[in-house]
Amino acid sequence: MTLTSRYRFSASHRLDTPALTPEENRRLYGKCNNPHGHGHDYVLEISVDGPVDCDGQVVNREAMDTLVRQRVLARLDHKNLNADLTEFAATVATTENLATLVRRTLAEHWTLPARLARVRISETDRNSFELEVSKG
Amino acid sequence: MFLTRKAEFSASHVCANPAWSAEQNHAVYGNNSNPNGHGHNYVLEVTLAGDPDPVTGMVFDLRELKEILNREVVDPMDHRFLNKEIPPFDKVIPTTENIALEIWKRIEPVIARKGVALHNVRLYETPDLYVDYGGPQ
Repeated sequence: MTLTSRYRFSASHRLDTPALTPEENRRLYGKCNNPHGHGHDYVLEISVDGPVDCDGQVVNREAMDTLVRQRVLARLDHKNLNADLTEFAATVATTENLATLVRRTLAEHWTLPARLARVRISETDRNSFELEVSKG
Repeated sequence: MFLTRKAEFSASHVCANPAWSAEQNHAVYGNNSNPNGHGHNYVLEVTLAGDPDPVTGMVFDLRELKEILNREVVDPMDHRFLNKEIPPFDKVIPTTENIALEIWKRIEPVIARKGVALHNVRLYETPDLYVDYGGPQ
């Protein structure tokens, strides 16, 4: 059984890589390269899987919400990803890289009996990025 | 090919183990343990797997699937208090997980009899919380 819970955070970012010239960055990232940055209301979906326990649950909701709130949302919500997160000092703050960071952060701090199975982030209603967590 | 049909029902429930104290129940089920119950607009998405029939071009007759979901799930559960009115939830705690398991149990044999495989039951308790069940491992 898989349980998925959806969370929201709002943050700003700018897509720009020092590996490219300013002109190349503008061409590659378009509007997302605006030097002042811009923001999104991101939607984060966390999926966990495991057997249904004797309480009738895959996971304790409050324990899961607390973990996600403390380890992820507190770091991302109402932040400037480029300026406020050291991880994006040298890495482009694409939502692909953000999903990778969220998966790594959760995996490092995972204390729940159910398995972390999937991380999905929607940057807008039209694009989302999904990472499976391999078993074992 | 996967075919998914959606159905909705609104019901109330309470998630609490009668053998436990109110504190214990709150620790495990949070607000869901309020003894007077509370309600949700459950959204059910049932996914079938199969090849389109060469004559009809359909994996499964959608009208029939709708009737199965109505008969087995929506008619009995809609606008009911699950714990008080819908066995096995007088004994089984109606968490979203257990409701999904019960829905699987009710519809899987009916769909299998028609020669089509039930692939997944997804049950939304709220727009932000859902479970997926793909059958016994």
